[in-house]
Amino acid sequence: MLLELHDIQKRFGGVTALRGANLSVAAGEVHLLLGENGAGKSTLMKIVAGIVERDAGRMLWNGSEVSLRTPPEAAAIGIAMVHQESMLAPHMTVAENIFLGREERLKRDLGWVNRRRIVERARRLIEQYNFPLDAETRVDRLSPAGRQLVEICRAIQHGSSLLIFDEPTSSLSDHETEQVFRIVRDLKARQMGIIYITHRMDELRAIGDRVTVLRDGETVHTGNLAEVTTDRLIQYMVGREVAAVYKREHLAPGEALLEGLHLSVHRSGLKDISLTLRRGEITGMAGLIGAGRTELCRALFGVDPIDAGEILVNGKAIAVRTPRDAVQAGIALVTEDRQISGLALRLSIAMNITMANVERISHWGILDLRAQNRMAAELGAKLRLKTVSPGQAAATLSGGNQQKVAIAKWLFRQASIFLFDEPTRGIDIGAKAEVFELMSELARRGAAILMVSSELPELLHVADRILVMRQGRISGELPRDTTQEQIMKLAVMESAA
Amino acid sequence: MKIDSRVTQRLLPFLSLAVLFTALSIASPYFLTANNLSSVARQTAVFNTMALGMTIVIVSGGIDLSVGSMLGLSGLIGTMALERGYSIVIGVAIGIVVGTVCGFLNGLLVTRLRIPPFVVTLGTLGIFRGLALIFSNGLPVHRIPPGFAFLGGGNLLGVPFVVWLLVLCAAAVHFLLEHTRLGRYAFAIGSNRIASVYAGIPVNFHITAVYAIGGALTGLAGMIEASRLMTGQPTAGQGYELQAIAAVVIGGGSLNGGEGSVVGTLIGAFIMGLLSNGADLLNISNYWQQVIIGSVIILAVTLDEMRKRRAV
Repeated sequence: MLLELHDIQKRFGGVTALRGANLSVAAGEVHLLLGENGAGKSTLMKIVAGIVERDAGRMLWNGSEVSLRTPPEAAAIGIAMVHQESMLAPHMTVAENIFLGREERLKRDLGWVNRRRIVERARRLIEQYNFPLDAETRVDRLSPAGRQLVEICRAIQHGSSLLIFDEPTSSLSDHETEQVFRIVRDLKARQMGIIYITHRMDELRAIGDRVTVLRDGETVHTGNLAEVTTDRLIQYMVGREVAAVYKREHLAPGEALLEGLHLSVHRSGLKDISLTLRRGEITGMAGLIGAGRTELCRALFGVDPIDAGEILVNGKAIAVRTPRDAVQAGIALVTEDRQISGLALRLSIAMNITMANVERISHWGILDLRAQNRMAAELGAKLRLKTVSPGQAAATLSGGNQQKVAIAKWLFRQASIFLFDEPTRGIDIGAKAEVFELMSELARRGAAILMVSSELPELLHVADRILVMRQGRISGELPRDTTQEQIMKLAVMESAA
Repeated sequence: MKIDSRVTQRLLPFLSLAVLFTALSIASPYFLTANNLSSVARQTAVFNTMALGMTIVIVSGGIDLSVGSMLGLSGLIGTMALERGYSIVIGVAIGIVVGTVCGFLNGLLVTRLRIPPFVVTLGTLGIFRGLALIFSNGLPVHRIPPGFAFLGGGNLLGVPFVVWLLVLCAAAVHFLLEHTRLGRYAFAIGSNRIASVYAGIPVNFHITAVYAIGGALTGLAGMIEASRLMTGQPTAGQGYELQAIAAVVIGGGSLNGGEGSVVGTLIGAFIMGLLSNGADLLNISNYWQQVIIGSVIILAVTLDEMRKRRAV
């Protein structure tokens, strides 16, 4: 075995993150690590990668016990991690990031970092794996998907024998996911060991050999993937039966709440987009990364104001020049990147929930804190938010619960038009089902919903109809009983219809 | 986990203050005298008032390096008004208005030019000081009515007047931060500006307001300083900005924004006041005082960071 972990334990203050985790990985194996958020996957991997030290338990590397105190120590013996959240230097180029901290390998004599050589080597690496990346782009201009690819390049070039992927595809489109899979298979063929954390149950079979499931900091199952059903795995993860994780009744849509007519935004490449969001309807939105889905949400929400076209809310044309205009028209945006644009992490849950509608808890500019806490607690209970108190900082919540807070903010605002951009990104199955339930409930109560998602099975389950975008345009509309193949066709090809 | 994290945040500075207070009471027989304590209160009143304004600015994710110059300019123009025969109340009001206008200008530059507040206020630090020197020709204002001394030196009901003033300002700023929409928006903007924009908060308006309020308090501090010295010095307040920032930071405020409290800031300012008073009483040289205060700033922030890292 390349790596063996026996009975690993870890506590953070009063919280037990790991109470007995076991895991073993062989060379040339893709080992899936599953578990809900908070199950301890990330902590366990941080221990392996030398970011966190274990309290107890044994870690064997090629049969001998090791203790890793820092990431460089782990890198030195051949362990590298592809992080879920970007750990890149945003103001540097792709090439510089790939070789950050590794410049000494490239320097010529006098200790100069040779820029041209770095760019060249980065280019070769990128070409070798066929990534859609430019070595000289600054990282802050990249989409989340692009950043993820840079992280992967970084880990690969370090020449490791064990690679840890922490949800590499959570922000990627299907096309890009396929590329990541190709890379993983390629690395596996080179006899590397791979630990692969994912929340996407649909992609397990495409990639994994063996699987380990963590629940509440303990290993509850380890075995060959071929010998276990997906339902069984979900059951191990959540510890209960999951009957039909998401199923919703479809209602006849009502009148149009939001209409976009011939919308164009030059700087983000949106061209002549027309769409209608109706009361009681969940409109799905599919497309590859870079097709313009997030950009459309930003345009409708006033982040990138439209250059041409018209936005109508309740049949009346309104000017949406800033997010404030959109919010006042009843539009809500649940962003793809909730830690960056969704939540004020250092503030309390109650403060986050009431943030978009402080007017509701204040008179003449003076806050009614009792009303705030009561209303936030009510909303929290309704969303089954797992918290100690509404005074707790939002940063202490798991991904799923943070997403609920981000949504609760708009419920508190009583918005009627919801734009959900990748609403289930990085959250566990239990929370996903709850987010879908919430969206259905909103639709039932007469909200109009746009749901952007890269997870086609989710779109097919939840949406009433599906719009597909390609290169800044809407390339087609499909009914809810369509297939993944139909969607992909519209997403990648010239007018398939 | 039952205790609100913002309560524990205040505990550490408070304990340090208590320890310092006790240690000084034991070390020097003169420390616990009414005379000494009221002199500490008077000395720290100027920093305290400025630091209250700085607290709101820092909570909102900003910083104001120009407050020292602003204090000089407000005090100067306020005393120039007194010199021309305006009443004391009007003179003080003029000082406060000058500070408010300066703060408003800072806010306007920060939000309209979209350059970091550190740079904007570094620029206005020079501009305000220069203006003070231009208006005064570099000369201090001396012909001030004697009644003006009451502001910085007088007593009311046996307690220094500045202490009453400070309590009033502190209560007002605390209320502003914790119980008004403006304060809530300051926290939201400081914690996550993008999320605040997306939540529909009028971010630029509130940032400008925050700097203006900080300016008003600095203007008041300028008048207190002028009253203590009984001159309008164009060079007053040099280096005070660092004292004000240090008080906020020792009191648990974060330069990343979204964190800070009035109680914390007051404790921070008193810790620094006591340190320099104690050093005087114990005959520690001025030079060493600076070393001690600098070390305390680093120590306080280190302890605070360690606490935060453990909490998350």
